[in-house]
Amino acid sequence: MDLSLSTRTVGDRTIVSVGGEIDVYTAPKLREQLVELVNDGSYHLVVDMEGVDFLDSTGLGVLVGGLKRVRAHEGSLRLVCNQERILKIFRITGLTKVFPIHTSVDEAVAATD
Amino acid sequence: MATVELRFSALPEHVRTARLVAAAVARRAGVDDAVLDEVRLAVGEACSRAVGLHVGHGLGTPVRVALTEDEKVFRIEVGDDVPQAALGAAQAAPGSGDGTGGDDEVDMGLAVISGLVDDVEVTADERGGLIRMSWPTNPEPLD
Repeated sequence: MDLSLSTRTVGDRTIVSVGGEIDVYTAPKLREQLVELVNDGSYHLVVDMEGVDFLDSTGLGVLVGGLKRVRAHEGSLRLVCNQERILKIFRITGLTKVFPIHTSVDEAVAATD
Repeated sequence: MATVELRFSALPEHVRTARLVAAAVARRAGVDDAVLDEVRLAVGEACSRAVGLHVGHGLGTPVRVALTEDEKVFRIEVGDDVPQAALGAAQAAPGSGDGTGGDDEVDMGLAVISGLVDDVEVTADERGGLIRMSWPTNPEPLD
């Protein structure tokens, strides 16, 4: 399965729904999407990963890159994920301390720092 | 001899194929279903790393994957053609650090493999770098 991406806006948050596999081949597509959003002035991003079947370190690198970009504009990047196999990758790399991870889009949208 | 050997052009689009083949052979060898996700991720990381190294060093040679079903253990070896001396020089160069590729991601891949796989060895053979990983298998392989 390839990567699918869609965006929508809720208040000042931009929700990026990601589906499929994020790996060395597809991650550049996600990177382009995040860069484009930030360039267009969307600095508060929620990346919904509930539809993600596979995530590797290339994908993690893109998310970290996205976080770095929004933080340069005092923005935020929150993740939505309930899948244990995906959460495990964040845990073993210590990135659970870097990203706020929420159980639903509603929770992520309502969250403040 | 390996149960299944795979050689693929060092291009990102073929890493998924390596993951699928490795998971299929692992399942056949009797690796526990709960561990197959780890096998898939670990072999993907190792292959992504090898592809990145080949591309970074301008190599046209394929990445090598050997999948071996032994008694009570399933082994995966992923080999690249980058000499260890060249790798040391590349790692000494500063990475981009913003997720746009490069050695930072190579290191992150190794970090994920080390975190995932209990039995992992990062070594070298006569051709280049080699990542060896293994997982226990069930006594009675699944059909």
